[in-house]
Amino acid sequence: MSADAARQADDAAAVIDGVAMVFNAGSAGEVAALTGIDLTIRAGEFVTLIGPSGCGKSTLLRLIGDLLTPTVGTVSVFGKSAHEARMDQDYGMVFQHAGLFDWRRVRANIELPLELRGWSRADRSARSAEMLDLVELDGFGDHYPRQLSGGMQQRVSIARALSFEPRLLLMDEPFGALDEMTREYMQGELLRIWGETDTTVVFVTHSISEAAFLSNRVVVLSPRPGRIHSVIDIDLGERTPDTREDPEFFAMATVIREALRSVGGTE
Amino acid sequence: MALTVVAAVVLLVILWEGYRWMGRQTDNRWPGTGIELPVSTDDIIMPPAADIVGELFSDIRDGRSTLPLSVFLLKKAWFTFQEASIGFFLGSSIGLALAVLMLRWRVAERGLLPWINVSQTVPLIALAPIVVTWGRQQDLPDIVSISLISTYLTFFPVAVSALRGLQSPDAAHVELMRSYAAPWSSTLVKLRLPAARPYLFPAFKIAATLSVVGAIVGEISIGTKTGLGRAILEFAQRYAVWPERLYASVIGAAFLGLAVFGLISLVERLVLRRTGEAAV
Repeated sequence: MSADAARQADDAAAVIDGVAMVFNAGSAGEVAALTGIDLTIRAGEFVTLIGPSGCGKSTLLRLIGDLLTPTVGTVSVFGKSAHEARMDQDYGMVFQHAGLFDWRRVRANIELPLELRGWSRADRSARSAEMLDLVELDGFGDHYPRQLSGGMQQRVSIARALSFEPRLLLMDEPFGALDEMTREYMQGELLRIWGETDTTVVFVTHSISEAAFLSNRVVVLSPRPGRIHSVIDIDLGERTPDTREDPEFFAMATVIREALRSVGGTE
Repeated sequence: MALTVVAAVVLLVILWEGYRWMGRQTDNRWPGTGIELPVSTDDIIMPPAADIVGELFSDIRDGRSTLPLSVFLLKKAWFTFQEASIGFFLGSSIGLALAVLMLRWRVAERGLLPWINVSQTVPLIALAPIVVTWGRQQDLPDIVSISLISTYLTFFPVAVSALRGLQSPDAAHVELMRSYAAPWSSTLVKLRLPAARPYLFPAFKIAATLSVVGAIVGEISIGTKTGLGRAILEFAQRYAVWPERLYASVIGAAFLGLAVFGLISLVERLVLRRTGEAAV
């Protein structure tokens, strides 16, 4: 490793090195999901993985989160193996479906990861109150998940993921099930929260505008087997609702769209 | 629930008496045909409902005292309830433990599940004497043997349903717990057990009624002096001359079954209210 690369690795949140993933290896149902993935995600960055279905973007996210183990290559997170990072509870995860426990009140859902870390009751309730404030759901702590709308549930899910200040937030199409208006609102909220914490975010989506609006960098994946087609830097400065009507925003979206077209994506 | 029970009883009495009335009019044939009714409506096979209810208030000798049959049956049912309760709690605990074991080790599931299924094909009548003889050899009181027979019926629905319930959480929930590096035990307590509740309570209800059946069969095969099973056995032997009495004791057994069912439903409602399921 050169001195330069070493310095880069120092402030890297995640380094994916020569990773390939094969499901059902050796059997008739063998599927090569990813191949030859090299990617470095810098600390504090907001990186989006985008690509057509079957490009392995969710698989890549799960490899970073140590929910899957790569067939070839290594994933290191904050200078440790992904497994050590998971054991150190460095990850916060948000999935497409809020995945709240419906037998727990909103407050207790947010406190779940804190319970697992052995926080005292007083510390937990102080933190969950803080988190409810952050996602602007004060007054909903004693509700049950099914009493909330989809967007509100997803905000609880984000609050739960952020409650223990994870260093790396992994989000798998978190807004995929929301309507367009709620989605745009949630994107703004996510950027506000991201700005208020030092969390690094890896975000999976198949929405071009979402990728352009949220990210510092967009990683475009091509399918079968999944590989990195290109990495697009997005420099739109601070995002406001007006950013969505900014010609530069459209220009970035166009760059992403062109890249997706060339990999055979439908979106 | 009380209202539904009353309505069901009234409906049953109407059907019973309606059928009897029809049988008398047509000389035990379906109206307008020569086909015989499946059950003849004479007073031995189907005594009048009023006589059966009346029997509940007639006196019966119990040892040296004389008391109404209903009180006599309640006393007997109390014994049976105790045996059934022990059977229920023991059986449910064993069922839950087996489910957790099978959840934890795939090998255990493959090894145990077939045996658990086979266990229920062994007739209780064959099993009971073995348990009883063993119990007497060990100098155990009869209530232990009877409870064990009851346990044998109870553990099965709980084991099978609990396993399904524990395996029921979404993959996303399991992944979430994994991402927190939650140990297996925390995942069990905080995710799998609460997620299993919709599977557990119906199983507990089945187990509760089965525990009563097990206790009654246990009493009959053990020949114990107490319990509903003993009463049913005695009345059955005199059925030909005194049918109302057997029917009355069957009502007592049904009542006990309903009571334990209701008890579990009550617990279910309390648990669900505590976790908000009843809030919406």
